[in-house]
Amino acid sequence: MTALRGRTSTIAVWIVLLSMPLWMGALGGYTELASRVVVLGLAAMALNFLLGFTGVLSFGHAAYFGLGAYGVGMTIKYLQPSTPLGILVGVVTGTLAAAVIGALIAKRRGVYFAMVTIAFGQVFYFIAFRWNSVTGGDDGLNNWRRQAIDFGIAKLDITNDVTFYYFALIVFALSAAAMGLLIKSPFGRTLIAIRENERRARFLGIPVEQHIWLSFVISCFFVSLAGTLFALLSNFTDPRALRWDQSGNFVIMAVLGGMRSFWGPLIGAAIFVVLQDYVSSHTENWMSFIGLFFMAVVLFFPRGILGIVKRRLAS
Amino acid sequence: MSEHDLLGKKVSRRQLIQGAAAGATLAATGPFIISARGEEPVKIGLDNPLTGTYAAVGKNEMIGCELAVEQINAKGGILGRQVQLLSEDSTSGDAGTCVQKARKLIDRDGVKFLLGNVNSALSLAMADVAYEKGVLHVVTGGHTDAVTGKTCHYNVFRICNTTQMEANAVAPSLIKQGGKKWYYITPDYAFGHTLQSGLEAACTRLGGQKIGGDLTPLGTTDFSSYLIKAQAAKPDVIVFLVQGDDMVNALKQAVQFGLDKRFHLAGAQQELEPLEGLPPEARIGTWVFEWYWNQPGVPGVKEFVDAIKKKTGRVPTARTWFGFASGWTCALAANGAKSLETVKMAKFLQDFKLPPEVACMPDAPYFRKGQNQLIPNLFVGHAQAKGSAPDDLFKVTTVVKGAEAAGTLEETGCKMTWPA
Amino acid sequence: MTQLILFNVFNGLIVGAFYALMALGLSLILNLSGVINFAHGGFLALGAYIAYTLMPYTGFWGALLVAPVLTAALGLVVERLLIRPLYGRDPLYSLLLTFGLAYVLEDVARAIWGAQSVPYPIPASLTTPLSTEYFFLTGYRLFMVALVAAAVAGLFFILNRTRLGMRIRAGTLDLETVSVLGVNVRILRNLNFGLGIYLAGLAGVLAAGMLGLQPTIGTSLIMPSFVAIIVGGLGSLPGTLLGGLLIGVASGITTVFFPSATEAVMYVMMGLVLLIRPRGLLGEEGRIQ
Repeated sequence: MTALRGRTSTIAVWIVLLSMPLWMGALGGYTELASRVVVLGLAAMALNFLLGFTGVLSFGHAAYFGLGAYGVGMTIKYLQPSTPLGILVGVVTGTLAAAVIGALIAKRRGVYFAMVTIAFGQVFYFIAFRWNSVTGGDDGLNNWRRQAIDFGIAKLDITNDVTFYYFALIVFALSAAAMGLLIKSPFGRTLIAIRENERRARFLGIPVEQHIWLSFVISCFFVSLAGTLFALLSNFTDPRALRWDQSGNFVIMAVLGGMRSFWGPLIGAAIFVVLQDYVSSHTENWMSFIGLFFMAVVLFFPRGILGIVKRRLAS
Repeated sequence: MSEHDLLGKKVSRRQLIQGAAAGATLAATGPFIISARGEEPVKIGLDNPLTGTYAAVGKNEMIGCELAVEQINAKGGILGRQVQLLSEDSTSGDAGTCVQKARKLIDRDGVKFLLGNVNSALSLAMADVAYEKGVLHVVTGGHTDAVTGKTCHYNVFRICNTTQMEANAVAPSLIKQGGKKWYYITPDYAFGHTLQSGLEAACTRLGGQKIGGDLTPLGTTDFSSYLIKAQAAKPDVIVFLVQGDDMVNALKQAVQFGLDKRFHLAGAQQELEPLEGLPPEARIGTWVFEWYWNQPGVPGVKEFVDAIKKKTGRVPTARTWFGFASGWTCALAANGAKSLETVKMAKFLQDFKLPPEVACMPDAPYFRKGQNQLIPNLFVGHAQAKGSAPDDLFKVTTVVKGAEAAGTLEETGCKMTWPA
Repeated sequence: MTQLILFNVFNGLIVGAFYALMALGLSLILNLSGVINFAHGGFLALGAYIAYTLMPYTGFWGALLVAPVLTAALGLVVERLLIRPLYGRDPLYSLLLTFGLAYVLEDVARAIWGAQSVPYPIPASLTTPLSTEYFFLTGYRLFMVALVAAAVAGLFFILNRTRLGMRIRAGTLDLETVSVLGVNVRILRNLNFGLGIYLAGLAGVLAAGMLGLQPTIGTSLIMPSFVAIIVGGLGSLPGTLLGGLLIGVASGITTVFFPSATEAVMYVMMGLVLLIRPRGLLGEEGRIQ
């Protein structure tokens, strides 16, 4: 029963995602909005790999997101106008940084871990902000554009908005599949064991720190990938992509959708992006609305939307 | 993780969710039901900060724009159709949001004109989008030279000055009032860098010299260590190039340290908004304003000032005027070119002079051909604690002709290409 | 050159004292309740704005006395209504709550007092520098240091000599046992939060005299507070105080030699501490792992 329900929900999600261009306009949306949902959904799911499935709170994921963004932008602008190379550079940069920093902080937990991730995140923000000559500083990295991808036999013109959406969707699908496989694997099960009871896992002989480090690195790998897509989407990136409020947004998306479920963060991202887009068009005081929304989610819907749905279906 | 038991509230939460879902669906579909009756209005999209550091100036630009649209509609609109202003919050620095809103305005709302941004970086990002989509873009308040310089485009116009123009306008007064040895306190981003290099060039031409300077990070709250260094260098003039809140902090602290009694404090760009935020004793220094409300006898000014006073209860600032002129530029371009096609409007605006009721300054400003940069007057003077009115915080001593302050077209680095 | 360095050291201590004030409030709340109060900057701004509103009626000194108290009162309400339900849960939730609260506070400040910077006058008696030689020792800055010293002294007095303080210190070490011993932990956390917010409000009123008063005044001051706590050591209030002062002095000295690295130096310090002595300078081993 659960398997069928699981598969139905997966199919439903994919039907909605694949048919987006058909119904987006009618609802008053626009293609770029959908692309943003997919990209940020990937980021939120990547964060949730660490948060929801390993039980470790990182509030500094925007740093690796931003490294991916700057990596692809700087590659296309300074090195070579090639999107695949840019994405590769962005992802490698983000993942390497995560590997180094993860090793430094893997022993910390809880509030302390969170604070340290915030602080390190700020370091990267700071570098992007101050290294003006290279990153453009506060002005951001501009004057570059995503390039069509040349496969030799055919060219994928992702400069077109709708084509880019599908490109992002493909990347998202592959990433989601990878993450899903990892979670179902013995490695993933171990992570969940660590989440449930770290001490017991340790007594069982599981090298907890190594697992947490690995989970951190994997999570940052996918978040930096999301970062590259984000920069490609806007043809622009700036230090705000690295700041702690961006990190906070990812966490909220994961919590909003449901930390314990796989697709939860995607739903959370969809709601958050659309809500913010909508509210900010209609009122200057959108910050109050978003803030109150955060607080309401935390106080009343801590299990997230999918958490509520699951509970209702179970009862 | 233990969880607070909310079972008792289960029923009401479910209702809450259902209600919220219903409400959200209703709200989401609501405004998108487009009524096809009557003529479709011509839409202008303003993508400017309404929150964050630039909220105050962004809002003022929006107000000026709103007034322009009201006046345009009263006079018959654009090509006989009513004009509608769509305003989006670009935030003060999140380029992702700014670009997203720009695309939203163009793709979903079908605006014919894109206006914005206060933030130089966001202006450049928006210009890229406008160029990609072929929409006429009027930059209201982003000063970085590149917009009408190295990365100029045929469809991107700018109302406010370049940093080069501001530097050239104010440098003579700084030499005369202060002296030849300058120490710079510069915000560390493109705007600050170009403003400083512009000033250094102008200063050297007039026989002055730079004896030192510091780059301060944006958002610096405490300038004490920089001020300590500045006074140790014993300059004639301490040049403050920081803007907005940084300006308020720096000047406040400089005056608290008594530095105004030992050195001449001055800078380049200054605006009414920071001056209003300073305590009266800190409203000092020689600056250049891009537009000022107290211009007795100049046609168009009184009507504009009165209209804004009626709308908001305060006098217009340079930012208000930027928004006003930007809005009017759209209407004048379309009505003049008798078309809403971007290329035709852009061609019409080459060397186009703004009429007096829009210009609100002694000499008619015009968009320089081949650069799309408005060449207006610049107002050099000094800040004052109070003047003829509580809002009169600046005393204009010299009105500079823009053509004299602007360099040559070659110097700007703009090589404009037109679509075939 | 030595004069420049000396000046910057003195000045750094002054600036550091201010950072310490902010960080102490944050540290108090963190130590007892395990809550990272992202809204601390928002309360700082609120304190400043309340003082600005009260000034025409109470004058500078009256506002200085009353505004932090009012801000603390608001803090008590916020703790009771919004944070208390979250104590049993993962620290994630209280973090997200204060995150959302920060947004709301900034927006409310903007809605009520406008986005425009508002002028905050300080009494003439405080504006003059004490000498032209040491011009940066203005009356106001020295007053601020004195006030911070008084606040810190007051805080340590409360913590070490009163029943409430003793309970807070005990609670920081082992809240469960304290509760079992019959102390009303709810009220304890509530009052502790209020105390932390009082310090934020006080910092706000002081900040308004030095900086431009606009809705985002608090947001730039949060990061130095975090770093001060990490450098000084989680769980140690003297550590936080030391951390704040160190940051101030380090920034000041860096300005002399590498002006563009003034901000970076605090992150470098944080990095060094985390690598060499992760519990912080004065933190206790295994305090919060």
